[in-house]
Amino acid sequence: MHLNQGKVPNDYQEYLNRKVRWIIAGIILTFILFIAAISVGAVAIPPREVIESLAGISTSMKWDMIVWNIRLPQALAAVIAGVGLAVAGVAMQSILRNPLASPFTLGISSAGAFGAAVAIIFFGTGTMQSTVASPVAVSNPYLTTLVAFIFCMLATGIILLISHVKGASPEVMVLTGVALSSLFSAGVMFLQYFSNDAQLAAVVFWTFGDVGRATWEMLPLMALVVGAGTLYFVANRWNYNAIDAGDETAQGLGVNVMRVRLIGMTVAACISAVVVALLGVIGFVGLVCPHMVRRIVGDDQRFLIPGSAIAGAVLLLASDTVARVIVAPYVLPVSVLTAFMGAPVFIYLLFRGYKR
Amino acid sequence: MMLTVNELRFMYRNKDVLKQIGFSIEEGKVIAVLGPNGVGKTTLLKCLNRILKPRKGTVMLYGENLLDLSTMDIARRVGYVPQRVETGRLTAFDAVLLGRRPYIGWDISTRDITMVDAIFTRLGMESLRLSYIDEMSGGELQKVAIARAIVQEPKILLLDEPTSNLDLKNQVEILTTIRDIVRDHKIAAIMTMHDLNQALRFADTFIFIKNGTVHIHGNHDIVTPAVIEDVYGLPVMIGEFGGIRCVIPGAANLATGE
Repeated sequence: MHLNQGKVPNDYQEYLNRKVRWIIAGIILTFILFIAAISVGAVAIPPREVIESLAGISTSMKWDMIVWNIRLPQALAAVIAGVGLAVAGVAMQSILRNPLASPFTLGISSAGAFGAAVAIIFFGTGTMQSTVASPVAVSNPYLTTLVAFIFCMLATGIILLISHVKGASPEVMVLTGVALSSLFSAGVMFLQYFSNDAQLAAVVFWTFGDVGRATWEMLPLMALVVGAGTLYFVANRWNYNAIDAGDETAQGLGVNVMRVRLIGMTVAACISAVVVALLGVIGFVGLVCPHMVRRIVGDDQRFLIPGSAIAGAVLLLASDTVARVIVAPYVLPVSVLTAFMGAPVFIYLLFRGYKR
Repeated sequence: MMLTVNELRFMYRNKDVLKQIGFSIEEGKVIAVLGPNGVGKTTLLKCLNRILKPRKGTVMLYGENLLDLSTMDIARRVGYVPQRVETGRLTAFDAVLLGRRPYIGWDISTRDITMVDAIFTRLGMESLRLSYIDEMSGGELQKVAIARAIVQEPKILLLDEPTSNLDLKNQVEILTTIRDIVRDHKIAAIMTMHDLNQALRFADTFIFIKNGTVHIHGNHDIVTPAVIEDVYGLPVMIGEFGGIRCVIPGAANLATGE
C-alpha cells in the first residue's frame, strides 16, 4: 500500500483545485458586492471613493460620515448575518440528516419573534414614530433583543433536553423543532390579537429582519459568535462528512455522533439566536444557501461550509442593496428581498442539476 | 489467537439479546456469523467495536480490551461496514478518504491520499475514483464502503451482510476481495451472513448464534445438516458440487420427490 508515496494524483488535485477556484471566485464576488452595497443608496458614492474612505484617505466629510456611520455597519451586518445563518443551516442539515433543517424549521426564529412580541406588549418597548425612514420603532431595542434572545435559547434548550433524553435522534430534534415553531407562532398570533395598533405594528415591524438595525455596538458580539461558531463547524468538517455517510459508519470511524450532534446543535442555535435577536427574522438564507452551494461544489463539507458562508454573505449583501434602491426613497427590510432574490436562482440551480 | 471475546452480554431495554458470547479467532481468517433473523448477529458486531455498549464481557485484541479504549482508538483497530451506507454528492475518492478520519488531525496528509489512491488500484477501481457515489450501483458502493474500512488500517474488519442486495457476480467479487485482503494483511474479517452457501465457500470459521449464545463454533467440520436444522429450524441437505459444499433446503426425500 505504498505506491507512489508522497504524490497526490493529478486528476484528484485538479478536482480539488476546481472547488478552490469556486471558493476564491465567491470571495471576490463578496468583496465587489460589499463595495457596491456601501456605494449605492439615497446618496450615491462612487466605488473608488468608497475604497478610499474605507482605507482612511478622507475625500469628503459628508461621504465619510455616510460610509462609516450608516452603510459600513449595515454591510458588515449583512456579511456576518449571512455567514452565520448559512453555516448554521448547513450544520443543522448535516447533523440532523435532514435537507429541510434550518434556524427557521427548528423554531428558533419563531421563538425569537415571540420573545420580541412579549417584550413589546408586556414591557411596552414598542411605539409609533412618524419618520419616513422607519415609521415604527422599537423604543427599547436592548430589552426587546434580550427577551428575544432568551426565548431563542429557551427553544434550543427544550429541543436539546428532549433529544438528549431520547438519545439525540435527528427525527426527535426536527419534530420537536417543528412543534415549537408552531407553538411560538401561535403564541405571537395570540399576543397580536390582544395588542393595540401601535404594539401590533411594532411586533410586525420587529419580525421583518433588517440589517439596517445594526449598530457598531452590536457588531463585535455578532462577529464573535458567528466567527467562533463557523470555526467550530470548519474544525468538525470531517465529522460531518462521516455523519453524512450514516450514523453507524461515522461511529465505526471513531466519531462520537451523539456528542457531535448535541454540541453542533447548540452552536448553530447560538448563532441563529444572536442574529435573530439583533436583526429580526431573516428567512431563506439558512435553508437555501447550503443547497445552492451543494449544486456547485457537492456535499463535501470541506467546501460546503466555506461555500455556504460565502453564499450567505453574497445573498444578504445583494438583497440588502436591492432593498435600499428598488423603491427609493423607501427602504425595504432585507427579509422581504432574500426570498425574492434567492428563489429564482435556487430554482434555476435545481433545474440545471449538479455541476460536474 | 488475535481476538478473544469473553462472556459478552448485551441487553436492550432489560431484555437479554446476547446472554453470553465467547469465541476466539486467528489472523488471516474470514469468520462467518450465522443464525436466523433477529438472533442478534448485527448486535454482536456492533458490540465488538462498542457502537453498542455491552453490559459485561471483554473483547481482547492482542491483549488489550477494546471496550476500554477511546472511540478513536477503536476506530484505528476495527473497521466497520454497516448494512446500510448513505450516499451524498461525494466522489468515491473522498468517500474512501473518510476512512482516514481516525488519523486526521486538522487536515488530511499526502500519505492519506496516496494510501487511498493505492487501495483503488488494489481493488481494481481506478476508473471509479472521481465518480460520485450517489450515481453508483449497489456493488460499486459496497466496494467503496469496504475500501473505506480498509484504509482505516484495521486489525479486524466487521462486515454486516456485505453481500445483501448484490447480484451473484458482485457477491463473489466482494467476498473474494475480502478474503484476499484478510490474507494479504494478516487481519481478520468477521461477517454476518444469510447465504450459507457463500459462507461455506468463503469463510474459514463459522459461528452459529442461537438463544443469545454461541451454539457452535469451529471450522468446516461443524457445518452439518443437524447443526443447521438446530439453529434455523429447517431441515437441509449438504451436498458437494465440483468440490464446493452446498446447502440445499429440504429433507432428503423432498429433494427428489417434488
